[in-house]
This record gives sequence, structure tokens and C-alpha cells, in this order.
Amino acid sequence: MKLLREILFPLIAVFAAFVVGGIVVWIIGDSPFQTYKLLIGSAFSWPDGIGYTLFNATPLIFTGLAVAVAFRCGLLNIGAEGQLYVAAFAAAWVGFKFGAPAPDNTVISQIAHLPAILLVPMCCLAAIVAGAIWGGIPGILKAKFGSHEVINTIMLNFIAVALLSYFTQYHYKIPGDAIMQTAPISPNASLPTLGRFIPGLPARIPLNFAFILAVIACILVYVFLWKTKWGYEMRATGANPSAAEYGGISIRKQIILAMAISGGLAGMVGINEVLGYRHRYYDGFSANYGFVGIAVALLGRNHPVGVFLAAILFAILLRGGIFVDAYTIHVSKDIVDMLQGIVIIFVAAEAMFRGPLKKFGLMKKAKV
Amino acid sequence: MLELRNISKRFGAVQANDRVSFTVPTGTIHAIVGENGAGKSTAMRIAYGFYTADSGDILVDGEVREIRTPHDAIALGIGMVHQHFMLVEPMTVAENIVLGSEPGSAVSLDLKKAADEIRKVSDEFRLTVDPNALIENLSVGQQQRVELLKALYRHAEILILDEPTAVLTPQEVEEFFAILRGMREQGKTIVIITHKLSEVLSISDNVTVMRDGKVVGDLKTSETNAAELARLMVGRDVLLRVEKPDAKAGASVLKVQNLSVMGRGESKRVDNVSFDLRAGEIVGVAGVEGNGQTELIEALAGLIPGSHISGTIAFEGRDITQLDARKRKELGIAHVPEDRHRRGLLLDFTLAENTILGVHYRKPAVGFAGVMLDQKGIQRRTEQVIRDFDVRPPNPMLPARALSGGNQQKLIIGREFELPPKLLLVSQPTRGVDIGAIEFIHRKIVEMRDAGCAVLLVSAELEEVTSLSDRLLVLHNGKVAGEVDPKKTSNEEIGLMMTGGARS
Repeated sequence: MKLLREILFPLIAVFAAFVVGGIVVWIIGDSPFQTYKLLIGSAFSWPDGIGYTLFNATPLIFTGLAVAVAFRCGLLNIGAEGQLYVAAFAAAWVGFKFGAPAPDNTVISQIAHLPAILLVPMCCLAAIVAGAIWGGIPGILKAKFGSHEVINTIMLNFIAVALLSYFTQYHYKIPGDAIMQTAPISPNASLPTLGRFIPGLPARIPLNFAFILAVIACILVYVFLWKTKWGYEMRATGANPSAAEYGGISIRKQIILAMAISGGLAGMVGINEVLGYRHRYYDGFSANYGFVGIAVALLGRNHPVGVFLAAILFAILLRGGIFVDAYTIHVSKDIVDMLQGIVIIFVAAEAMFRGPLKKFGLMKKAKV
Repeated sequence: MLELRNISKRFGAVQANDRVSFTVPTGTIHAIVGENGAGKSTAMRIAYGFYTADSGDILVDGEVREIRTPHDAIALGIGMVHQHFMLVEPMTVAENIVLGSEPGSAVSLDLKKAADEIRKVSDEFRLTVDPNALIENLSVGQQQRVELLKALYRHAEILILDEPTAVLTPQEVEEFFAILRGMREQGKTIVIITHKLSEVLSISDNVTVMRDGKVVGDLKTSETNAAELARLMVGRDVLLRVEKPDAKAGASVLKVQNLSVMGRGESKRVDNVSFDLRAGEIVGVAGVEGNGQTELIEALAGLIPGSHISGTIAFEGRDITQLDARKRKELGIAHVPEDRHRRGLLLDFTLAENTILGVHYRKPAVGFAGVMLDQKGIQRRTEQVIRDFDVRPPNPMLPARALSGGNQQKLIIGREFELPPKLLLVSQPTRGVDIGAIEFIHRKIVEMRDAGCAVLLVSAELEEVTSLSDRLLVLHNGKVAGEVDPKKTSNEEIGLMMTGGARS
């Protein structure tokens, strides 16, 4: 019953959003059915559609998990954006400092020339740790001084973006490069694309090993939250801090821990971006992954399975939007963005569906 | 006159009201008693238009009336005062009372006229409420009178009061009852929902007893007694007074010396309290709520930061003043908190998850590597608590929210009693709990004592602390106003000490 309800609301929200979106498309003057066929069809074509959809979903899975973990502890992490930037930069830095340089990297000296088997894990770890630190700072500020994590994570977003632009521009860019990006990482630091393992999936599609990490992260987050004593403490803190405190759980410790784990998960976006895709730090690379992650977590009901599915949905919209933009007469990509917005509003306004559902006996009735 | 005729109401699988019929004659005080979930609140909410009955009629002054919303009820002269006040704290009494029926034109609010009117009503019923006072500055008892005024201001002839005394001190209850009697003299009709039998007997003219959604008794108060009412409510004979042998007190378990707890600002919530608690005895703490009981218990349980505490707390000869809640629990200090929703339970967690709160990090809750939760171990422990403490429904996977207050409380008590503890801190163990469960909880507390546990019991119910305790401390303004033998001291005398009067 509970499970049904958990699944039902997001599904209804998505469906309702598509209906409303369809009406808008119809008013603009295109066929809603054609548009949706294009949207969904292009996202599921093999191999490009599926490949790109999963690639687009990868960062959203990480940020969705990040927001969900913080939320389970009663915290709102608006700072996944900043955390993933810091993490991506850290991964890139380890990538070009600790491995044999890429051919066009002529400017940055190396500390060591590590083999791939050491360098890749080190880069991943750098991303996770950097994200965890950037997320942990607002956690510490909240635990020690009670300052609100929403304000602090937003502020740290600005700081991260500005700081990294500075480092990119003045310290790690190849002179003369017109693009705001660092020198490339060592070839030994790159993650393989999945096209190298899956027959029929061309290597040009950037879907890479980070997607596997995202799936593993979903499983680990689930196990952590529901199968370990640490997860129990974190969820208890989120559910009722007074009761958690009564149960001998240190709320401050949980706040710091949750924010650090959240930041670490957001930071894993850097693995996909730097190690798996661009092989360098590219200034401003994030398509609002951190913020879309909030919507992903919301739609996914802060559960790893839900987050995974919601991330796929948003990735479909992202991928399909390009084709809708190109192949319809009137509808532009903005319609797809609007669809995202409508989904979120419908999910947030869950109460709207309670009334009608109660009639069908699907909702728990009021207590006597 | 208010009459309910064959009212039935079903919520999902629960038949909350099953052909409920009774009559409240004009100018009487009518009590409706029953355990939690007996359907008494549902019936009255139907009369007030909060719910609509599935079938049956409501008659006001002999005529069948359609009451679909509280607006309809108010128009018919029916008012209701809820257990939880519905007042806007930063606003004045007058502003609160006129809310929803503001006098004056559409653009101007004539508060002065309202205040005069309110003063008139207040004087008429001797409520002594100042219309210009801010709600947040009023005591709970006064706030309740504002709720009464709200109904009277709207010309209510029939007043429905849902558990009105739950939040009042013994003194306030007396004053409140005097007001109700005054209102009866003026011809008002009063329906009072309660589960406290002593109150039923002292205030009402007639009483309707409900059980499982049905009316099981309609009696004249003068012709019944507490035992009969309790039997009707529960459906079996109930032991109303605790039977317990004399305490065999053993070695000192808890030694509290000069304990003070700082509140906000300079005030001391607990002020220089010292006492001794020995194994095998129950020491009660009586006092009007808000006189330091909460802080005393929380300080002993380790829930108040050390920086706010002075003095020493020694447990079995060891200074534990600086230990946190978890370490104290490990030593054998169990705590049943006063507010089960705020402190005691994770309402959205399952019973199983709730039974391991506080012991979730050690066996049997954890298994592999000392990290992974051991679902089987948790299940076993939960089933044991459910069985030993008769928690219903006995399904470990239900969320705690789905349980009645009494069963939630039994779950908490079971969790704490099966630690097992050497020292038990129990606060308001039977607040909002059915009579049947009260009897059970009292028996368990005495069993713990007889097994050699030291028990510190705080309760706002004077009857409860005096009947259970072997010794009684009276707190007033955070200070111990005196220690008495509950068997040899009258409730009046204790009441006087609670309010700061000198001990005679």
C-alpha cells in the first residue's frame, strides 16, 4: 500500500505534466502526439538515443542522490552545484599533476607519473573528498553555529564558481587557449567509455564507466541508509531530531556527516565530467546539474531507486528536447524545460491528488 | 436540547460511530466518556459539522437539522472548544475572538466595540479575561477561557468541550469547573468529552459511556460510580487504585547534589535540588507543570548540555554529570520521556525501528561487522516488547503513527523497561492513555520497583504520583518545596506545596 502510494504520486505528476504540456503544444500549433513521439522516440533510439540518455542521466543520479541523502537527515543541500565544480576541478588537478602529461599539455609540470591503476582511483577519490569538504563546510557551520545550510550552500556555490574561474584562467590554462578550460589530464587518468565493452554501442558516445559508478552509488546509498546503524542514525535525525538526541545520537555529528556524504556524492559528477568525458576541467560545464538534482530527488521521493528513475526521465527530456527543437515547426526546446517545471510543480503539489485518490480508496483515511 | 439519533460514521475499515444515540437536555452538563478511539470525539465533531454522518440525524431543540459545516453549527448556537487551542499567539484576546466575524464595515474594524462586548460576556460568566491582553502572555487556563469566550461571543447555547482539562493544573480545573457550573445556571448546555472519571463524577449531571463506536451506557451521574463507569468503558473490571506492597529499598542508586539547570537568560529552571534514590523504591515528583520537572528529568537523562548544569549527579557512586545520553543508557539509566511524539518516537518509522532507538548501535540490533543492522535480531526484540507489553496491533512493520496513544506509550515503556535498567526515569507515563493501559503501565512500574529498580516518577496527575510513589518530592519554581510521605499527606496539603504555600 505504502509502496504503491510512493510510486503512484510521481507517476501521476509526470502524467499530468505531460497532459498540460501537450495542451500547450497544441495551442502553439503542433501535434502533441507527434511531439511526444519525437521526444520519447529520439531518447530511446539505439544506440545514440539510449547512449546519450544514460550519459545525461549520470550526473543527475549523483546530484539526486546527494540531495536525497541530505534530505533524509532533514537538510536541504542547495550547494550540489558548487560541490560538483570543486570536485571536478580537484579530479582534473590530480589528473594532470600525477600522470604522464597529455601530448598537448606543455605547461604544467608533474609531481609524479602514476600508472592508470593508481591514478584513476586517486582522481575519483580527489573528486569525492573535495565535494565532501565543500559540502561539509556548511554542515560544520550549521552544527557549530546553527547557521542555515540553505544560505551557506548557496553562498559556497558562488565562491566555488568564482574561485575555479580564477584558477583556470590564471594558473592552469594553456596559454593562447580561447576556451576557459584547464590543460588536459593525463591519458592514464581517463575512464573508458562503455562503447568499448558493449557491442553495437559506438565509442564516440560519451557514456562511460561513471554511469556504472552511479548505479553502484544508488545501491550503496540504499544499503547505507536502510541497512546500517549509521543510516539509521541519519534518518532518525532527519525524522525527529529531538527523538534522535534522546536515543543518544549526536545531531551535530549527523549534520556534518550527512552534508559531507551529500557533497561527496555531488562530487562524483566530476568523475563523469573530467575522467569520462572532457578529460579536463571545463569552466561552467554544469548544466545546472546541482539544481536539477533537487528536482530529481523530489520526484524520486528521496529514495535511490526513485532518484535513478527520475534522473532517467530528466535525461530523456534533455535528449529528446534537442530533437523536438529541431524537427517540429513551432515547439522549441523551451517547451521541454517547461515540461520539467510542470513535473516539479505537480510533484510538489501532491496534496492536489489526495482528494480524488481518496475517493478510490487509495489513500489512507483520516484517523478516528 | 441536543439530540443525536442513530448516528453512524465509518472511516475506511473502522466503524467510528455505530448508531450512536443520546440526548443532552437544555441547561445540563453532559459528560461523554470512553477510551481513546471509542468514537466520542467523532460523534461530537459530527454534531459540530466537522464530519458528516453516514446516516442518522442531529436534532437541535427537537428539530432535525442539517449540519454540514461548523458554520451551520454556529448558526444553530453550537460552539466547540478543542483540546488544542486555535489561537493566534501574537494577537490580542479581542482580535482572536472576533476572528472570522469581525465587527465594523468592510474596511474598518471596530475593535473597541468588540472589546466592550467581550468584556460584557466575560463578566456575565465570571471569566475575568482582559480583551486587550496578548494571547502569548496568558496562562494555559486563561487561554482556555478565551476559547470559551470565542464560542459565547458567537451566542453559543450548546458548548462542546473536547478534553478541556487535559492541559490544566488541579487548581485551574477547579476554577474551570466553577465557571462551567455558572454557565449551567445561566441556562447553557454543556457537553464535555473526557476520560477522567473523577471529573465526570464531580461536574456532570448525566453521562454517556461509549466503547468501540457504540453507546454502552446512559446514566445519571448521581446514580453511578467510578468503578461502574470504568467497567463500562473498558468492558471488564478495572483496578482503579494501584495495589502495591511496601517498598524494600536497597542501596543508593542515584545521588543528586545541588543540581541546578540554567534556562534562558538568568533564570534557573532547576534550583539547587538534592535527593537520594535507592534501589527498589519509587520516588515521585509532584508539581504544577513547568516548575522544573522536565528539566530535572532531562538533566538526569543527559539531554541537557553540561554547560547549563551545575551540581553533581552520581549513579552507583560514579559521577555521571558530564556523560552524554548514550553513555548513561549504557550504565542502565532508562528514560520514558514526557512527550512521546516529540522525544519518544520516530512517528514515521516502524515499530521495529522504534524499539531499537537508543540501542540501535549494539547487539541485538546490529550484526555483521558491528555496522549492519540485524533485521532478525531487531525483529526478535520487537516481538518480545510487543508481547511483553501487549502492544496492539502486534505488527512490527507498522509505522508508530498508526498506533493509539496508549499503545505508543506501551511501546516506549517496553523499549525502556527491557534494557533492562537499574534506574528508571519516567515522566507522564499515562498522559493521554486509556484506562486499561494505565492500569497495565502502573503495574509494570511497580513490578520494576519490586525487581530492584530505582524509579523516579514525574506526573502532572497528582493521583498518579501519590498512589505509585513510596516517597514524594514536591517541586515549586525549580526548588524542592518539601518531601512527604504520600500515604500520610492529603492532596490538599500537597497541592498547597505545589503552589508555593508553606507546609503546615
